[in-house]
Amino acid sequence: MSDPTHLTISELRQLLDDRELSAQELLGLHLERIEAADADVKAFLRLTTAKAAEQAQAADRALRDGTAGPLAGIPMAVKDVLCVKGVETTAGSQILKGFKPPYTGTAVQRLFDAGAVMLGVSNCDEFAMGSSTENSGYFPTHNPWSLDRVPGGSSGGSAAAVAAGEATFSLGSDTGGSIRQPAALCGVIGMKPTYGRVSRYGLIAFASSLDQIGPFARSVEDCALILQTMAGHDPLDSTCADRPNDVTRGLHDGVEKMRLGVPREYFEVEGMEPGVRLAIQKALNTLESAGAELVDVSLPHTDYGLAAYYIIAPAECSSNLARFDGVRYGMSEQDAQNITDAYMRTRRKGFGAEVRRRVMLGTYALSSGYYDAYYLKAQKVRTLIKQDFDDAFANCDAIVSGTSPTVAFPIGSKTQDPLSMYLCDVLTLGANLAGLPGISVPCGMSEGLPVGLQVLTPQWREDIALRVARAYELAADMRVEVALVD
Amino acid sequence: MRAVDWEVVIGMEVHVQPTTRTKMFCSCAIAPLNAPPNTHTCPVCLGLPGVLPVINKSAVEACLKTAVALNCEIPRHTKFDRKNYMYPDLPKGYQISQYDLPMSHDGHLEVGERRVRIRRVHLEEDTGKLVHAGDRLHKAHESFVDLNRAGVPLMEIVSEPDIRSAEEARDYAMALRTMLRTIGASEADMEKGQLRAEPNISVRRTGTTELGVKTELKNINSFRNLHRAIDFEVKRQIEALESGQSVKQETRGWSDAEQRTFAQRTKEFAEDYRYFPEPDLPPLELDPAWIEELRRALPELPEARRARLVAQYALPLHDASLIAAERELADLFEGAVLAGADSKLTANWVIGEIAPRGGGSFANEITPHQLAQLLGLLSSRYLNRDNAQKTLTAIWNTSDEPESVATQKGWIGQVHDDVIENAILEVFETHAQAVADYRSGKRQALGALVRAVRAAAGGNADPSRVSDLLRAKLDA
Repeated sequence: MSDPTHLTISELRQLLDDRELSAQELLGLHLERIEAADADVKAFLRLTTAKAAEQAQAADRALRDGTAGPLAGIPMAVKDVLCVKGVETTAGSQILKGFKPPYTGTAVQRLFDAGAVMLGVSNCDEFAMGSSTENSGYFPTHNPWSLDRVPGGSSGGSAAAVAAGEATFSLGSDTGGSIRQPAALCGVIGMKPTYGRVSRYGLIAFASSLDQIGPFARSVEDCALILQTMAGHDPLDSTCADRPNDVTRGLHDGVEKMRLGVPREYFEVEGMEPGVRLAIQKALNTLESAGAELVDVSLPHTDYGLAAYYIIAPAECSSNLARFDGVRYGMSEQDAQNITDAYMRTRRKGFGAEVRRRVMLGTYALSSGYYDAYYLKAQKVRTLIKQDFDDAFANCDAIVSGTSPTVAFPIGSKTQDPLSMYLCDVLTLGANLAGLPGISVPCGMSEGLPVGLQVLTPQWREDIALRVARAYELAADMRVEVALVD
Repeated sequence: MRAVDWEVVIGMEVHVQPTTRTKMFCSCAIAPLNAPPNTHTCPVCLGLPGVLPVINKSAVEACLKTAVALNCEIPRHTKFDRKNYMYPDLPKGYQISQYDLPMSHDGHLEVGERRVRIRRVHLEEDTGKLVHAGDRLHKAHESFVDLNRAGVPLMEIVSEPDIRSAEEARDYAMALRTMLRTIGASEADMEKGQLRAEPNISVRRTGTTELGVKTELKNINSFRNLHRAIDFEVKRQIEALESGQSVKQETRGWSDAEQRTFAQRTKEFAEDYRYFPEPDLPPLELDPAWIEELRRALPELPEARRARLVAQYALPLHDASLIAAERELADLFEGAVLAGADSKLTANWVIGEIAPRGGGSFANEITPHQLAQLLGLLSSRYLNRDNAQKTLTAIWNTSDEPESVATQKGWIGQVHDDVIENAILEVFETHAQAVADYRSGKRQALGALVRAVRAAAGGNADPSRVSDLLRAKLDA
């Protein structure tokens, strides 16, 4: 039996069903792996060992009884932005230190109901704002492939946990690329569903119109299974659509005769590394050999996407983060002179620099006299970007490109230059602005570090994205490797 | 100061709590007034991290019904917006309200002879409540937050500045209350905070058209105080202007204890609420068929009823206005008339006797049947006016029959035969012609004689006994 911490959900399920392994043993192996690796990787903010033991025990019982759900006994990591009842959830921020939600969010609850075992809470950039997990209010996470490099972000802890063999799968949230980019940088699969596919109830909001919960996994099939388990209408989220949950349809049907759009703008972005370009080109060739037709498409407003995103996301965040005022929960600075002083002290101490920067940017963009010039203009750009994708999808079934212009970069190399950090999202945030689903799958290495291939499809066509990703996985004989931390 | 030199200009902002079982965006029950603090809350209305709002359909329905009843235009699309400001009674740091696409706009309400234009009716959520320990805010050593009210639905009804006096402002608020109760959109009880009227007041020289600087009055808790507060504020503004001072644009509170308004918050720097569309709620599409259905299901509105009372019962407009102003009063009136009471007499009694007794509700105090029976006894003179009033008091808030109560109390038919017979002898003298008419075969003269005898006997004599004795004498 190969090391279970390297396996996929379907492989583990076979072992569990065959009684070669119990859920509790599987949990033990993962806790050992975490013990061995996480001092270096620092993927987890906190472990939920007691909860995991309880869930693993329940999973073993269900496996014996024949009532096991599709994820019975499978160990997962949960990003620190997803509320779990009784588990300290802080959005990577000091301001929420000690906060234990009295409720569990819908997506996590559905995974619990399917039998998943929660190992712990994974690290992220504070309030999911960042592309390297260096903005965590606690500590940075390290890339398992090279410990002096970032894992990407904001869901860096979740990506690193899967890459390091510390969890079979994990959950992240993606507002501008926060699942796909760290998936690419850590060499795992990561997917952002269509806006409205997965309930956001229980997701600590960064930018409500862009946020979406999604999985990290080791195989496309696993990714589809997790998504299918989480997806579907939720009366507690009015933006969550009541649509058929058909994401696994035609998963293994291949790409023959499929038209894959290659957007030229996505290959001309600033700072695209030659090694990354080469790996993507090879991946496109592989898809072509598998029967797909590559077609040129254009997304002419790509250049404006970043600017629009950095108006809309901070605007929404400035409002979403107003509730962290020290009155009802989390950090509360005492000895204030009056209520305004209390707000200022709590928020100055509780929020990190990047969060404060975005709250100020967003407050400014929404202010009277600037609203039309910034927020409204950005919304118009957003409409144009949607239109770009609509036009492109008139000529193709899916759009393929790189996920990140670069491989994982050294820790500290971009922290002094927020704009260079923002450029990490240039290939991913279009999907958030347009509400599209997108997946990143590993497609080889550059300079010894993983590169990710991104597949984008029209809204509600996760099935196509997964099918293209699965076809690539098969054609390239791609297997997500566990990085062996030295 | 000569008030005649000044014109008063008032626009009203009225917040009304629609009748719903649950809050605006979560499934918390609406807390009763005396509920212990923070007992009607959940993660959503507490503004915990990760929660999302879900629109209460019955609040939307109440708002649309109100909009239809106020003759408003209702757009196909409406949306919610966030109004951003930080205060401890506002858990999310923003209030979900409506900004540029309200649920309705451009309607009107007839108040007496005046048509007050309605600018908009929109939906929003209430805030929580702060309780300060210590006797004054700036000396409070501790403050407490009660979020029972946070997230309670509110309709905001904004009028154009069409109101010209304190009386009109009060009448407008009362007319609104009647309307809301008639259509079942709200209990609209001011004392319970279900209807909060905030007048915006300014004055200008008679004959000028430019609006003066306005002040907004808050925390007024009764119609009487609404009238008083505006009166006070108008005098204060005129006095200030006539003595060469200016009126500051500000929010002023009403002190019930001191019977005056006082400055609360200046509005020299308009607060920037950074409104933007609420991303957690998709825009609402209002199906015209649904609006039509609501329109059809509306009961007769006070304005229409007033007109009908005039036409159908020949009531003077003044009487009809008073009766139509309270739905239960109008129901009682029409019910009693339907049960056989005389309409003019009923109107007089409803206005003069019933309305002053009721505390705004008459449904349990007296039924149309009771009133009709009572007025029947009065008009057929079984009861005189004094005894009819006493009977009304006796049956108030009971299900007793007026006739049996009056009989039991001895207010009917307790006049001795001797007294009646003496009265008959008296009437034979004073009404000789009628006696002669009767005896010559004009039997219809009997009625006049019975009435005369009863009057002579003091008014309380049982008419049938009077009739019996009278006929015995006449036919002898």
